[in-house]
This record gives sequence, structure tokens and C-alpha cells, in this order.
Amino acid sequence: MSTPLITADLVAVDLAAADRDDVTRHLIGLLAAAGRVTDADAFHADVRTREAQMATGMPGGIGLPHARSEHVTAPSLAIGRLTQGVDWGAPDGPATLVFLIAAPATGEGDHLQILAALARRLVHESFKTSLREAPDAATVAEIVTREVVPS
Amino acid sequence: MRFVAVSSCPTGIAHTYMAAEALEQAGRAAGHEVVVETQGAAGSTPLDPAVIAAADGVIYAADLEVRDKERFAGKPFVDVGVKKAVHDAPGVLAAAIAAVEAGAPAATSAAVHSPSPATKVDKNASVGTRVRQWLMTGVSYMIPFVAAGGILIALGFMLAGIAWDGGNGAVEVTKIPVTDLVSNFDPTSLQQWSAVLFQTGALAFGFLVPVLSGFIAYAIADRPGLVPGFVGGAASVAVGAGFLGGLVTGFVAGGLAWWISRWNVPKGVRGVMPVVVTPLLSSLLVGIITLVVIGRPIAAAMDHLSSWLNGLSGNNLVLLGALLGAMMGFDLGGPVNKVAYTFAVTGLATEGLAADANQYKIMAAVMAAGMVAPLAMALATSVRKSLFTHAERENGKAAWLLGASFISEGAIPFAAADPWRVIVSSVVGSSVAGAVSMAFGAGLRAPHGGIWVLPLISNFWGFLVAVLVGMVISCAIVVALKSARPSAVVQAEQAADAQLAAAVATAA
Repeated sequence: MSTPLITADLVAVDLAAADRDDVTRHLIGLLAAAGRVTDADAFHADVRTREAQMATGMPGGIGLPHARSEHVTAPSLAIGRLTQGVDWGAPDGPATLVFLIAAPATGEGDHLQILAALARRLVHESFKTSLREAPDAATVAEIVTREVVPS
Repeated sequence: MRFVAVSSCPTGIAHTYMAAEALEQAGRAAGHEVVVETQGAAGSTPLDPAVIAAADGVIYAADLEVRDKERFAGKPFVDVGVKKAVHDAPGVLAAAIAAVEAGAPAATSAAVHSPSPATKVDKNASVGTRVRQWLMTGVSYMIPFVAAGGILIALGFMLAGIAWDGGNGAVEVTKIPVTDLVSNFDPTSLQQWSAVLFQTGALAFGFLVPVLSGFIAYAIADRPGLVPGFVGGAASVAVGAGFLGGLVTGFVAGGLAWWISRWNVPKGVRGVMPVVVTPLLSSLLVGIITLVVIGRPIAAAMDHLSSWLNGLSGNNLVLLGALLGAMMGFDLGGPVNKVAYTFAVTGLATEGLAADANQYKIMAAVMAAGMVAPLAMALATSVRKSLFTHAERENGKAAWLLGASFISEGAIPFAAADPWRVIVSSVVGSSVAGAVSMAFGAGLRAPHGGIWVLPLISNFWGFLVAVLVGMVISCAIVVALKSARPSAVVQAEQAADAQLAAAVATAA
């Protein structure tokens, strides 16, 4: 894996945002600034399309917007920890922890294993709790890097 | 309880894996085993068939069409969609347990769920490789039929050589009809026993093309491909298209079955798709294509070829031998081979032939040529083992006997697996054999039998030289062509062998 899935500058620990779109736009901004997304608006449209198919709110206050898009250069993750919950379509309430997954459109298999591993970790309560309690962006990125290992 | 599950979602990067993890967790928490196949973007590793066989029930947490769903046929299942599995995995598991306790669903309980025959197909391989793997699957199922049928026929000839006086046994044995065996079988008669062997072998040979075609289609489309594949192969035999026709029907039938079984049909029809609709429609289509579209041009071409051959007679005999030989070697029992063979056999029936009549020489040339391909493949598999698959090497051993008995079909497995190279080498070698036999003026008064009708061959040594020269040339060409571009299937097999050998060595 040449590019790490996440770095500290892809984490927003005290994100104040009005709604789903706002959160997503902010996180895409981080990915674009890091050069992992070539066209922020186009990628945002891809994420919205995916979100329209089926809301990606997950149990336990998680939002998981994601898309495979030609505007993505490397499998990437941006995390937003929200100061105030935002409805993400989950039956058990608003999301306070948002994971934006960006996957390149082309290529199958190996380099997407990391995203599969991430999705599997997200089911574990301890993983989510440790991210919520991490003191800063660097710690969040470090936890993800340590815990998310392709099987 | 044990469960297998399949998860998938539109993007294939998030829900698929969350559902899998959630189901596995819920299983552990409740003391059940759940094994999930994630059909997502990171590639999908199929469940071990043993795990599926041991499972009590199936959970479909899939928003996409489940791939290869027939693997799970007959097991109780719940079909919940991926989102429910992510949000309420324990609830999904409880529903699955309830489904198992309620027993297998009536609609699918009739489905056979014995282990499926293996195929050599790797779903992630390139198109070219997969075409070869489809071919190899068909060939590997055909080989035992070639060996069993061919050896029975050869044994029948051998026994007949003893049972009849005058060296004519291999001809006489084919004249005893099955009905005669049924009504008047005499266990003390060697002649009758040789006829039993011959007829049984001939019946086994009747399956060659259908099995080839059927299992090519099976490799392409799984179970739905079997029926149209077999039907197409039988249709190819019926129109005289031989094994080349069988290759075509195999691919056509597999494609049709694959396509039809993926139709998005209303739920009410879905239950009868695999049992009635898919086999019915795909068989009908492949039947129409073979009988109506392929059949006529082949028949017309055979007619033309026959009348052209008849017009040639009397010219340069060596050239005629080369031409007939090439035709014999081209499709090994297919239409072109049949035209040449029929031309020779019809000549034998001419009244009042002199002992050195051209008709006898033509028959000898045709038989010499027809023996070349299987003998050459047998020789090639023993001098250059590494160019052939395990199955081909085994078949090579039987091919010695088949070739010696003038059973050209012994080479079909090789030609079907690698048509281009094998047919080129077979045509050249057989053609040379035909020409050489003519040059020596060898003659033959029997329509078949190979070395078992030796007493009926005049200038036997010339005949033998013709067969051997053709065999060596054909073998040299096939080895050269195969060495130039080694088969991916063979290489994969050898890599597996090497791994196994290394593993054994380390273990020891």
C-alpha cells in the first residue's frame, strides 16, 4: 500500500455542520486538499448518487458516505467527529461520527481489501468508542492505521 | 447451527463487509457458526463447497444478484437484503434459525444438491484463458469415454481376429447387429463376445461429442448449461458435424444458458426457470441453430467434396493419397474425414476388382492416414510430457491402442483442447502417410481394423512405413507448435505440481 488510508490532515475532530451535505462537502475538501480527489464537486455528486440509492447511516451514530469514482486517485478515508448529531438516515438516530470512503473507480481486488477491512472494523463497538475518545486528529488517524489491516 | 451467508451491496465497499462482520459477530454471540462470502469490490473468494455442504441454512444479505446461487439449492434460507443484516444482524440470524427449524422450503426442496462436478474454470482469469479452461473442462470429461469406448472397440477387433478364420474378423464383427446379440446371445461363441465388446464400445463412442459439448456448456453456465450442451452435441452428431461442431454447440449452448439464466423474471416464474424454462428454451435454440443453420451448409459441402473427389479418380495416385490423408486428419471423424473415408469404402464395393486395383490402394492410404493422429499424439505425450495436461498424458497411453486400431477419435481430446496446433500437425502427418502408402502401392481389402486386419494388407511393410513416417512428422510438428507457445492451462497445472512437490518435500 503506497498511500496510507488516512493521515491526520484527513480528520476533522470538532466539525460543526448543519446537515449531511455540509459534512460531506467539508470532508471532501480535506481529501481534495490532500490531492486524493481531483474534482471535489464531481466526487460529491458521486457520493450523493450513492446516498440516494440507500442512506448510509449505520447503527451507533455512524454516517458512512462512500463512492467509487473516477475522480479518486487512491483508496482514502476522511473522518469527521461532529459537535452536533446530523441525520444520516439510520433508524437509531443521528450520526456523530462520519466516515467518508473514497475508492477509485477502476481496479478490483487487492487495493480495495483495506476498505473491506475498515468496513468490518466499523461493526466493532470498541473501535468506534476509541475513535470518539481520541484526543486529537493524529490519534484518530493512528488508531485507524493500527486497527484496519487487510485480512 | 451452521450457516453460510452471502453479502453484497451496490458499491461493494462498505455494507457488504459490515453485514458480513455483523453476521459473524451475531453468530459468535449466539453460539452459531456463520461463514460469509462477501461478493464485493475487493474480489470474492467462493465458499468452500465442504462448508456449504455442512451448513444447515443460508442467509442472503445481498442487494445484488447472488452469484452462483445454485450452490445453495435445497437449503432453508432467509433473504433479507444487506441493510437489515447491518442494522439487525441478531434478528436476521434468529429468522434464519426459524427457517431451518421450519425445514427446507417446498419450492426448492426438489432441487438436487449433491456436490457438483468440478470445472477447471477460474472466474477471475482473462477471456482467452477462460475459453481454454472451458474447452479443457469439456475435454477432461470426454477423455474417459474415448478411452473406454476406444479400448472396447479395439479389444472387440482383437478378439474377432481369433474368432473368425481368414483374418477378416475385424470386418465381420461389425456386421453382427445389437438385436442379434439381444435375441440369440451364445456365451460359448467368441464371435458373439467380440461383438458385445465392439457394440458397447461403439455406444460409449456415441457420447463423445455430446459429453464434450455438454461439459463445455457446463463450464460456461454451470448446471443450466448441461442440457442444451448435451442436446447440441447430439444434434451436431446428427448433422454429421463431428467434434468441431460439438465445440461450436458447446459454446453456443453455454452462452445461451448463461444468458437465459440471468433473465430478470417475475418471482412466480423464478422457481421453474432452472428446471423447465432455461433447459427448454436453450435446448430449442441450440437445436434450431445446429439442425437448421449449421446442418445444411455442412451437408452441401460434403456433397460437393464427394463429387469433386469422384471426379479426381484415376489421376496421380500419390497426390490423391496426400489429399485423402489430409482430409482424414482434419476433423477425425467429422464431415471431411467422413467424405474421404466413404469415398474409399464405396470404392471397395466395386464388383470384380483386380488384386492390385486402385480402390484397394486408396483404402490403404485412407487407413494409414487415419491411424496417424492418435499415434502421433501418443508419441508426443511420451516424448514431451511437459507439453500436455495430466488428463492428456493418460489419454495418450490409450491413444497407442486406438491409433493402432484405426480409431482416429483417439486424437479428438487433443484436437478439442488445442484445435489449431493439433489439427495442423494431424493434417500434415496424415497427408504424408496417405502419399507414402500410395507410393509403396500398399493395398487393403477391409474398410477398418488397423493392425488387426494385417493379413488383408498387401505390401504390409510399405503400409507400416507410411504410418510411422506420418506419425513422426505429425508428432514433431505438434511438439514444435506447442513448445512455441505453451498452454496456460498446462503451465498452471505444472505450477500446482511444483507447489505440491515442494510442500511434500518440506513436510518430509
